[in-house]
Amino acid sequence: MDGPWHYLDHAASTPLRPEALAAMVPALRDGVGNPSGAHALARQARSALDGARDTLAEVVGCSPGEIVFTSGGTEADNLAVRGVLGARGGRAVCSAIEHHAVLHPVQAADGRVVAVDARGLVDLDALASALDDDVSLVSVGLVNNEVGTIQPLVAIAEVVRERAPGALLHTDAAQALCWLDLREHAAVADLVTLASHKCGGPVGTGVLVVRAGVSVQAQQLGGGQERERRSGTQDVAGALGFAAAAVAAAAERPALVSRAGAWRDDLVAAILAGVPGAIESAGTAAGSRSHLVAGIANVCLPTVDSEALLFLLEHDHRVLASAASSCASGAQEPSHVLAALGIDRALAAGSLRLSLGWSTTQADVDAARIGVPEAVGRLHAHARDGAPA
Amino acid sequence: MSERILVAMSGGVDSSVAAALLVEAGHDVVGATLKLWGGESDSGCCSVADVDDARAVARRLGIEHHVFNFGDDFDEHVVAPYVADHAAGHTPNPCIECNRHLKFDRLLRRADALGFDAVATGHHARIAVLTDGSRRVARGTDPAKDQSYVVHMLTLDTLRRVRFPVGQLTKDAVRAEAARLGLATADKPDSQDVCFITATGGRSAFLGSRIATRPGTVVDGDGRPVGAVPAVELVTIGQRHGLGLPGGGDPQYVVGIDIPGATVIVGDESDLLVDELGLRRIDWVGFPVAGPLLAQVSAHGVPRPCHVFGTVVHFADPERRVAAGQTVVLYDGDVVVGGGLVSG
Repeated sequence: MDGPWHYLDHAASTPLRPEALAAMVPALRDGVGNPSGAHALARQARSALDGARDTLAEVVGCSPGEIVFTSGGTEADNLAVRGVLGARGGRAVCSAIEHHAVLHPVQAADGRVVAVDARGLVDLDALASALDDDVSLVSVGLVNNEVGTIQPLVAIAEVVRERAPGALLHTDAAQALCWLDLREHAAVADLVTLASHKCGGPVGTGVLVVRAGVSVQAQQLGGGQERERRSGTQDVAGALGFAAAAVAAAAERPALVSRAGAWRDDLVAAILAGVPGAIESAGTAAGSRSHLVAGIANVCLPTVDSEALLFLLEHDHRVLASAASSCASGAQEPSHVLAALGIDRALAAGSLRLSLGWSTTQADVDAARIGVPEAVGRLHAHARDGAPA
Repeated sequence: MSERILVAMSGGVDSSVAAALLVEAGHDVVGATLKLWGGESDSGCCSVADVDDARAVARRLGIEHHVFNFGDDFDEHVVAPYVADHAAGHTPNPCIECNRHLKFDRLLRRADALGFDAVATGHHARIAVLTDGSRRVARGTDPAKDQSYVVHMLTLDTLRRVRFPVGQLTKDAVRAEAARLGLATADKPDSQDVCFITATGGRSAFLGSRIATRPGTVVDGDGRPVGAVPAVELVTIGQRHGLGLPGGGDPQYVVGIDIPGATVIVGDESDLLVDELGLRRIDWVGFPVAGPLLAQVSAHGVPRPCHVFGTVVHFADPERRVAAGQTVVLYDGDVVVGGGLVSG
């Protein structure tokens, strides 16, 4: 089958916004200077970099000096967790549905992992009991990358203040920028992770917001860039692309939220109606979705193996989506997020994430709406004794 | 006629060349690497290096490459039975079970569902077409590399949808072909032994951590204690070493194992010889074949003349005992006609 792809994998990586490309091209073509240098072109690069820093600070609601550019969300998460533990000692706590870029550093440092409920919301009682004076960092992602759950950071911050007053709060907001105003939603966090390519910017650029007064131990040592918090020559073009994408995303946010939310509702409804036994992964019995971002539809389909479903969606319907996280080999692994939501392993093996964004069209949504039930029907015809094909 | 074929690419040279030959023949080819074992192995965690090799070959050939995670099925159908069989004192062949349940069942069903006409692998075996049009597995062209034994379980129906593109080639020819095509896997060594058993730890390390083993007494044919073994569950029929026997005298072999009694019986080589072998059942490909056949009792064993009556294999000449759980494959000339597991 030929024709354009129906790209419904924005949560993995968004297509580059034209605004971002336009902002990057001059810097890539003409911007030879190292922003740490002294000469005219270096100063020009520094100026461009700091312009991007100002812009991002404005979008996020922080001061420019609080922005630390990194190579992406994973590095920002590692800098937050390891940087805080390195600077202050103590113990880290995170939720069970954190991205591996948080979960693995927390686990490597012998941290504590807190349960979530079936909607993916952090269990505040469990959080309270995991906190004590030892705890120096609590990390809870603002928007979950697999199922789209929005955490109530203000309520979480209250629990932290009460039970572990000395602890810092980090939030991985990589998935949030397109959907939520971070000036409001992330205001309570001491450290905030951002990732450029989740909101229409280039891959390879991220930010850790480190609020004034908070210190992190640098994890990359070298030239002392980013105020000694992250050494390495900054990617000026990447920063410019990220800033342009963030501005465009913020401007478009209300319209995108309402457009994508309606599409997401249609998609989930079509799949639940067309596939017997399907569930919405972080959904509620009443169908309320106020705890979810607009752009992610995550469903679990019985007697389906995600790998086979993704193959059919791609080859027969030109729909590009994803399932749970992929491992280093490229194989689909059972999702720790779906397991934490209490979804059994067999049902979670049939998970499907359709994620929408700035470039999504009605045609993309229609292709998935029709394609998913059709592909599942075909797979069910080849299942045997309840075992998927 | 051009077919749409899913090639199981392990990252080794045989399956790489299998894919290449199908591409050259004009088929619509997609490669898939099966992720089967998530634990420790000689090729690293999750076999990432092997997946990378397969992906590199696919890129070179200009074909799509996918990774299918069949880890749960592998645990259920290969690893768990392997452990349970050993606990019961049997000696299973996990590669055969992997072919039976993973490559020629799960993968074949997956391929059907995804719209493929056939599944190809890099096995050194051929598919013979009989005068009635039905198909049989036949020995590969290279006698030293023949793998018909480990794919003997293919049924008439399955055989219509399986391809062995390198079965007609010698191993040298496969490597030459890989070199000619510039495939990165041309000089990769052949894989050895069981993929989930590491060379350093071996079978005993793997099983020792999964089953409760017990020390056993080694006795001679008259029941007199002559030695001891640390784990009776890990002893195999025909074993000569690690039995704690005093030196001197004729070589002694394990000729019997009594797991409940934690006893191992040893004897001379002549005690190891038997005239017949009972199988749990025989799965004939198509229909039972009377008359003289050849029986092969291990992957690279020598085929021995025999007759089959019911489920008992009668050897023309005395043959060494075979451990319970091992596979016997029956051939008519070079053609597989049936097979079964040794009872006990």
